[in-house]
Amino acid sequence: MKQLIRLTVNDREYEVGVDPNTTLVDLLRGHLGLTGTKKGCDLGDCGACTVLLDGKAVNSCLVLAVQAGDRTVQTIEGLETAQGLHPLQQAFIEKGAIQCGFCSSGMILSAKELLDRSPHPAEPEIRRAISGNLCRCTGYQKIIEAIKDAAR
Amino acid sequence: MSDYQVINSRLPRLDAPAKATGRAVFIDDMSFPGMLHAALLQSPLPHAHIVRIDTSKAERLPGVKAVITAKDAGLVRYGVSPARYDETVFCHDRVRYVGDEIAAVAAVDAETAEEAVGLIQVDYEELPAVLTIEAAMAEGAPQLHVEFPRNLSAEVHQEFGNAADALKASDLVKTTTFKNKRQDGAFLEPPGCIAVFDLDGRLTLHSSTQAPHYVQRTVAMVLGLPVGKVRVVKPYVGGGFGIKAAANTGELAACLLARKTGKPVKFNYSREQVFMLCRARHQFVHRMTTGVKKDGTLLALQHECYLDGGAYSSFGIATVYYAGSLLGGPYKLPNMKYDGWRVYTNKPTCGAQRGHGGVAARAAWEQQLDMIAEELGMDPIDLRLKNMMQAGDVTCNDLNMSSLGMRECIEAVRNSSDWASKKGRLPKGKGIGMACGFFVSGAGYPIYRSDTYHCTATVKLAEDGGTVQVYSASAEIGQGSDTAFGMIAAETLGVPLDSVRVMSGDTDFGVDLGAYSSRQTLMTGHAVKEAAEAAKRQVLDALAEELKVPAADMDIREGRIVFKNGPVDFSGIRNRYIKEHRGWSDSPQEDFLTFREASRIAYLAKGTIVGTGKYKPPLLGGKFKGAAVGTSPAYGCSAQVVEVDVDLETGRIVIEKMTDAHDCGRAINRTSVEAQMEGSLAMGMGEALFEEVKFDDRGRVINCDLAEYKLVTALDMPPVEAIIVESDEPNGPFGAKEVGEGAIMPTIPAILNAVYDATGLRIHELPLTSERVQAALKAARAKK
Ligand code: FES
Ligand code: FES
Repeated sequence: MKQLIRLTVNDREYEVGVDPNTTLVDLLRGHLGLTGTKKGCDLGDCGACTVLLDGKAVNSCLVLAVQAGDRTVQTIEGLETAQGLHPLQQAFIEKGAIQCGFCSSGMILSAKELLDRSPHPAEPEIRRAISGNLCRCTGYQKIIEAIKDAAR
Repeated sequence: MSDYQVINSRLPRLDAPAKATGRAVFIDDMSFPGMLHAALLQSPLPHAHIVRIDTSKAERLPGVKAVITAKDAGLVRYGVSPARYDETVFCHDRVRYVGDEIAAVAAVDAETAEEAVGLIQVDYEELPAVLTIEAAMAEGAPQLHVEFPRNLSAEVHQEFGNAADALKASDLVKTTTFKNKRQDGAFLEPPGCIAVFDLDGRLTLHSSTQAPHYVQRTVAMVLGLPVGKVRVVKPYVGGGFGIKAAANTGELAACLLARKTGKPVKFNYSREQVFMLCRARHQFVHRMTTGVKKDGTLLALQHECYLDGGAYSSFGIATVYYAGSLLGGPYKLPNMKYDGWRVYTNKPTCGAQRGHGGVAARAAWEQQLDMIAEELGMDPIDLRLKNMMQAGDVTCNDLNMSSLGMRECIEAVRNSSDWASKKGRLPKGKGIGMACGFFVSGAGYPIYRSDTYHCTATVKLAEDGGTVQVYSASAEIGQGSDTAFGMIAAETLGVPLDSVRVMSGDTDFGVDLGAYSSRQTLMTGHAVKEAAEAAKRQVLDALAEELKVPAADMDIREGRIVFKNGPVDFSGIRNRYIKEHRGWSDSPQEDFLTFREASRIAYLAKGTIVGTGKYKPPLLGGKFKGAAVGTSPAYGCSAQVVEVDVDLETGRIVIEKMTDAHDCGRAINRTSVEAQMEGSLAMGMGEALFEEVKFDDRGRVINCDLAEYKLVTALDMPPVEAIIVESDEPNGPFGAKEVGEGAIMPTIPAILNAVYDATGLRIHELPLTSERVQAALKAARAKK
């Protein structure tokens, strides 16, 4: 039985019918076509599927779509504004923080949550904030540099 | 200051904006109208005869469009190395590991396909399994492959000089045995693919592969199609590290199902299935005996190695050779004996992973060298410097170090880490260690015997002028190769990078062996450079004709035509260009002739301007059996210093700082070079401290997820200082050579040596988990 839910994704309102076991990541990627959110494990272990749910970073593979009902979701696609890229996106590009890019969407959103609540974080705080986002390519060094840069 | 306009800089990667905004399309982001989804039936047993397969129930499930087994797929044997084609798409008589593929289903959605897989009935007759090297090699052990007796997938016996005699002549002889653990590639993107047949029977396979060319050949061979009817296209790929360098069963099954159903078929590996696919770093057991003179001069290495290969060969033949040959350098070693055995076991198949074959060997030996230095009363750095090869030296196994900034690397890390004031002077529990390593810049020979070019490239100038299109079949998998080739083309042609568009990863664009053995920067880089030179020549020739100025008196730099002998009147060309673009807002106004105008003139004179390039290495290496493995046109090298803090109660290791210097010949993109170094260090650190694929006694992986299989996180990773050393490699494009794999070589032994400095303990088994270190600390205390 499909259930009708309303939610706001990247400032746009949606009304969609979802199965009770559909996860938020599948809703975003499949139903809404927002494939910028990645799925690396579907088990809550890698952080590639991180999105902001009411401003809080969550693994969207662990959230049921129905749980996102009447709430606000921000995905990587929602970071750009008319003024251009978000400073974090800009910094990730400039500092070489992106290699394969599969972790980048989730990484940037975890970093955004951090900067939204703590605009000038110290390095240990940055490391903690992204510790649930695995990256196999970068060794995190340039990611941390990028987040510091964006926080300046 | 660099003499270059484009390369050797820190330009942002071409693909970074797409990846930072979620626009980059990976395989699982793609779909086609009418697309079906596939699922695989995999063996639950480590070793068994297949008595009967009944697919009838699965076929009757609504939504199922096809079920295939070995009956449909046939029994074409394939693999990586033609000498060991020991796989078929599906098992027909026997399964050899938990995960061995038996059947595949295509259905309207993934859930239905999974459900149908559950309805396939297989009757097994279980066979005894061998799960360790010892069990597989034991007298009377169950055999995995009748054609390969004694469970030997490959064995190697090589000797250069006379190791036994040299050991006798040595003042100090040291023997140690070292063991690492099976690793998982653990790329963030599980592999996936979509196979599409068109009505003319042509197949396009979209796949997250790092070697489109090899996949194309394997698919063509297994499906019985002409290579020309198979096109493999790689979208953005979320890391590979070696594991995605060969065709996998998912790809072949999707192709077969697409042929059978006439519909596009998608298959994605789950994270658990990635562990069963494996193809990652082997478990190695190394026994090494090294002999030196009193003054530290290396005389001989006698080396035995056993590899736990898993059920099939994959890249394993190359692996067992590399495990020996990559100790030929970077030290002068006149005598080396190597015996290696790769053993089949009833576990998922191991293959190539970053630092192919050489990582555990390097860890074992560099730790042993430290032990030797200590016994001789030498600083470990001095021992290494004493034996260091120089550019132009050739190893005893015929590897030619055409450039080698090894000494510069050592000096860089020694100075930057403040080694002299730390080594042996840190408080108990803190330690510092170092190690070196080197690696190929591309395998000297393709994996199948052939005179093929290793890569071809095409540079095409847009007919309207100004834009340079670079085409190659190389594989951007995250390392930054597209950007490197864009920069090489831009530098060569004399235009800015933003005039260049790079297209890659498509077998329709040419031949390229792909992203493995750290080959692309050097090899594809050569092909791209040659193609760009050819295009440039055509532009200058057309200009020469038009302006009556010899081509040799002109050049292109930063998007402008340079007249070497003073100003030339080009108003005719400008007027023509402006007339052709009446009403356009961006007519050229510059007081110089632009590349845009020049390439337009070339098109008007000659038609589309296309330059082509190609590369294959010259014949390399010695004449002995296996001489090919380890050869390369050039070798990258590196040195690292690691500082650790070991909790002497709990055994917990914290890496506090890593200092790494790598000789990459010439950095095409400095940021990308550092990025490869930092990523290598993280992977090496993970293998040293945490990573181990574990099995139960039924051959099942027990930690087949990214929670229990531990990767390095941002909390574990220390600050890294990455120092680029440039040696101007004579065989590299603009002097460039590898960085992607060589940088991992010193990491593990530098950690081992630092742990010794901190604790006085030599640990010869990985990973250095708290439990293992704590146990060693306790044992040492008990001995006292
Ligand atoms: S896909 Fe959600 S945490 Fe990995
Ligand atoms: S950039 Fe590849 S996983 Fe982070």
